[in-house]
Amino acid sequence: MSSIFDRKCPQRAGGLFPTPDVPADGAQKLLPASLLRPGAPRIPCLSEPEIVRHYTHLSKLNYGVDDGFYPLGSCTMKYNPKINEDLARLPGFTQAHPLADAKLVQGSLKLLFEMSKLLSKIAGLADVTLQPAAGAHGELTGMFLVKRYFEDRGEDKRCRILLPDSAHGTNPASAALAGFSVTEIPSREDGTVNLGALEEVLDETVAAIMLTVPNTLGIFEEHILEITEMVHAAGGLCYFDGANLNAFLGRARPGDMGADIFHFNLHKTLSTPHGGGGPGAGPVAVAEQLVEFLPVPRIVQDDAGYHLDWNCPHSIGSIHSFYGNFGVILKAYSYLLHLGDTGLREVSENAVLNANYIQEHLKKTYYLPCDRLCKHEFVLSAKGVAEGISALDIAKRLIDYGFHPPTIYFPLIVPEALMIEPTECEGKETLDQFIEAMEQIAVEAKETPQLLHDAPQRAPMSRLDQTRAARQPVLTHPFDDSSG
Amino acid sequence: MAYPAQLHYTQNHEWVALEANQAKVGITEYAQGELGDIVFVELPTPGTTVNKGESLATVESVKAVSDVYAPVSGKVLDVNPKLESSPELINQDPHGAGWLVLLETSDPSEVETLLDAAGYERHLTEK
Amino acid sequence: MRYIANTDADRREMLTTVGLTSLEQLFTDIPQRVKDRFQPLSLPARTEMEVARALEEFVRSNNDWHGSISFLGGGIYDHYIPSVVSHITSRSEFYTAYTPYQPEVSQGTLTAMFEFQTLVCELTAMEVANASMYDGATALAEGVLMAERIVGNKRVAVAQPLFSHYRNVVDTYCWASGIEVVELPATADGRCDTAKIPDKLSSLVIQSPNAFGVIEELEGLKDVLGKALLIVVTNPISLGLLAPPGQFGADVVVSEGQPLGLSPSFGGPLLGLFATRKRYLRQMPGRIAGQTVDTKGKIGYTMAAQTREQHIRRERATSNICTNSALCALAATVYLANLGANGLQEVALLNLEKAHYLARQISSLSGYRLAFQAPFFNEFTVQVPTNPQQLRAGLQEEGFLVDNPTQLASLGVADALRFAVTEKRTKEELDHLVKQLGEIR
Repeated sequence: MSSIFDRKCPQRAGGLFPTPDVPADGAQKLLPASLLRPGAPRIPCLSEPEIVRHYTHLSKLNYGVDDGFYPLGSCTMKYNPKINEDLARLPGFTQAHPLADAKLVQGSLKLLFEMSKLLSKIAGLADVTLQPAAGAHGELTGMFLVKRYFEDRGEDKRCRILLPDSAHGTNPASAALAGFSVTEIPSREDGTVNLGALEEVLDETVAAIMLTVPNTLGIFEEHILEITEMVHAAGGLCYFDGANLNAFLGRARPGDMGADIFHFNLHKTLSTPHGGGGPGAGPVAVAEQLVEFLPVPRIVQDDAGYHLDWNCPHSIGSIHSFYGNFGVILKAYSYLLHLGDTGLREVSENAVLNANYIQEHLKKTYYLPCDRLCKHEFVLSAKGVAEGISALDIAKRLIDYGFHPPTIYFPLIVPEALMIEPTECEGKETLDQFIEAMEQIAVEAKETPQLLHDAPQRAPMSRLDQTRAARQPVLTHPFDDSSG
Repeated sequence: MAYPAQLHYTQNHEWVALEANQAKVGITEYAQGELGDIVFVELPTPGTTVNKGESLATVESVKAVSDVYAPVSGKVLDVNPKLESSPELINQDPHGAGWLVLLETSDPSEVETLLDAAGYERHLTEK
Repeated sequence: MRYIANTDADRREMLTTVGLTSLEQLFTDIPQRVKDRFQPLSLPARTEMEVARALEEFVRSNNDWHGSISFLGGGIYDHYIPSVVSHITSRSEFYTAYTPYQPEVSQGTLTAMFEFQTLVCELTAMEVANASMYDGATALAEGVLMAERIVGNKRVAVAQPLFSHYRNVVDTYCWASGIEVVELPATADGRCDTAKIPDKLSSLVIQSPNAFGVIEELEGLKDVLGKALLIVVTNPISLGLLAPPGQFGADVVVSEGQPLGLSPSFGGPLLGLFATRKRYLRQMPGRIAGQTVDTKGKIGYTMAAQTREQHIRRERATSNICTNSALCALAATVYLANLGANGLQEVALLNLEKAHYLARQISSLSGYRLAFQAPFFNEFTVQVPTNPQQLRAGLQEEGFLVDNPTQLASLGVADALRFAVTEKRTKEELDHLVKQLGEIR
């Protein structure tokens, strides 16, 4: 794949900016020589048509939700409504500078304020911060809130975070970044929390438990109330990772399950685009006793309108440059307005129905570690399909069938895991095609396994050498000259 | 496979070659197979002391990171200099050229806790 | 609901397959107690037309930006965004894809990541860069945490003239990690006082151009830091002209990338740039794309050095970051590719010359003078003869937008305003501002 750096190009530039209308003094006259670049950065100078062709060509090497089924478990790859894209581009929104006088941005402030209220209600909690720029950032914020909460109460022994061994990697990473140590609780076979194991580790050194509900196997914790009651009784807090909110939108609220802190992934549940890896948004909702610790500035409303409030003495401080990813939040807000209460229920019921439908079919062909009603996603194991066939092989062969593979090798507690999340947007026709492809692949695995080992053959690239990438890292373009 | 009889093993898939008061440590054939292509090894500084069961080194493959635990207590005398440029030695010759750390042992009685080749092979079949 | 493909007939069939008779039965696993406590939002569903109308209401409560002339800065600037950028970032193959876990079908994303990393290294004269972080402030905070992992002295020195939003985020992250933050004051010439650097530091953080707009003297700074890492916060447009921090031995360079083709968007989404030295690669946070080949020997890109990341290392990861700011990084990549080295130098020069023109004109007004004599790029601080809040309000009434003087007051500079000038400001606009300043007394 050629990058722009592979192009040979003479100097071609100009046409973007008019010549200076102020005295063109030149850098040498205005600044001391020691502060100036000795040489230009090696950025190629291409004409506009070449640039457009290059990136258009690159885009065609990608596969997005708009291309086809994308059942990446835990990521909720739902359709990104185009109206949201258009609204987010309105100059009235995009031109607003974060440091502009509050009088000039009442619309933007109001949108953030209204969104906070909606998200608080969806969470069933007291208030929300919109600052976190991603789910993991929300988790980190949550961990900071836990830390400040106990600091404030003088409970400095509380240094441990509990989490199930099925937790997403960002959970322990966030806990560690906030200075906590992590204790893993072994799950039961369906990935649900082992209450006995939880009992054993609960003591006065526990600050909080981090749970994903439903869990990463797509199973709802039926003992969720007992779990949160146990942790509260031990004096700890309950953090819920909201990556799987699509499973119960419009039907249940984390606050009602005992959550004290809950983060949203707007780029998952609330339809904002994934962008190839962001930008996302990870707002965090909290129970009443944590509100005073929320990041500043808070957005408040009074008779004069909306403004930023920095006067929050117990706040953890700021965790983002400004007020959060406004452009992303706007899209999620627009989505909520479109859905309304009825739409939220339609999302969860179609998401859960779609997942159970695929599960019911594929469990005949693949090993299903947890054979029971799932929520919006479920996990198969590739173990036992055929000798020498891994989840990776199946994933790569799915590409040849025109599908994006599901999540593989997560959760860690299921060997050769394939996590399938169809979302509510897919119709039965697509699901049937996917089921048929998976069944075909299982047959191929037994009869013509080389097809899987050689896959993908119908993608822009065949299997890439991961070992070479790791052993001989080339992380920037290897320019020919030695001035690199 | 038949594991070398002259080595001792742990349940965590480390092997130990004992000679007088020195112990050479590495990971087993099984472990390197599970990890896949090894891309990087983090080794301790010579002079570090370590207790049995503590993390001694880290081995990274493309998709996983694994701790190597000290099978016996001691002081690090030397580490395998070839692994920095050729971590694949661990895949190619895990019981020989792919050794990780050489320790000066501090507690001879710890040998009792190690498995012999037969014991380790039994442990593997139970998995 | 528009975005659901299933028909009622589909749903009936699927329920039968699953052995259920109603959609409600799909939720029997949620405890009844929880379901009973549920309260709806009291939010009606809206059609697309109604949603558009509702959002346009919010726009009406905002300023009409076309009628304003912005001198706002503080890390976020009103730069010209070439039209190409949005056409590429609106391609759905780019924006509806996710993390490139399957590189064979993600070469668009991965190639762009690789280009972005290379561009960041070229701009900053550093050796390796990640594929983006949330914003400049969190990139800086992560840099401080990285230095702490490497050096371990639990102390960071921070130059006082840092944008306050950078400082606030660093303070929060350092509190959580038990890292002491020591402030280095500014001197009379608006630069960080590097004469007395505390010992036993993990890192020193300095911003250039700094919060006053002043370009810091970085020469020789690395040499006096001992084991501590030098972390420089910079401005990417300025690097079209200014000597890059890598030249002065910086260990980490971070920046807010918004000036590279992103609109201000009320402060988000933004783009964190993060670059460092090869020897720190294993400690670097964030995603990174690496070059490799496929089975046919064709060059391609894949996620590299993943064993630093959370999905493998979990609590021992170098960061918890997963989703970052990929589409914004793509915008920056297209912006820079579209400009080329020539274009970047051109836009940097326009910023420099227009800012210096304005500074000269303002200084010629009685009662106004530059607060600092040190060199600056496109942002500068001016001592003003009247109450700066009132002056700002008066300017705003005439359509000129200027940063709140509290920004400067919090840095110990009273009776002053800061102006940022980009390539978008015409001489006419600049002269008009000067005239206004002359008249508002």
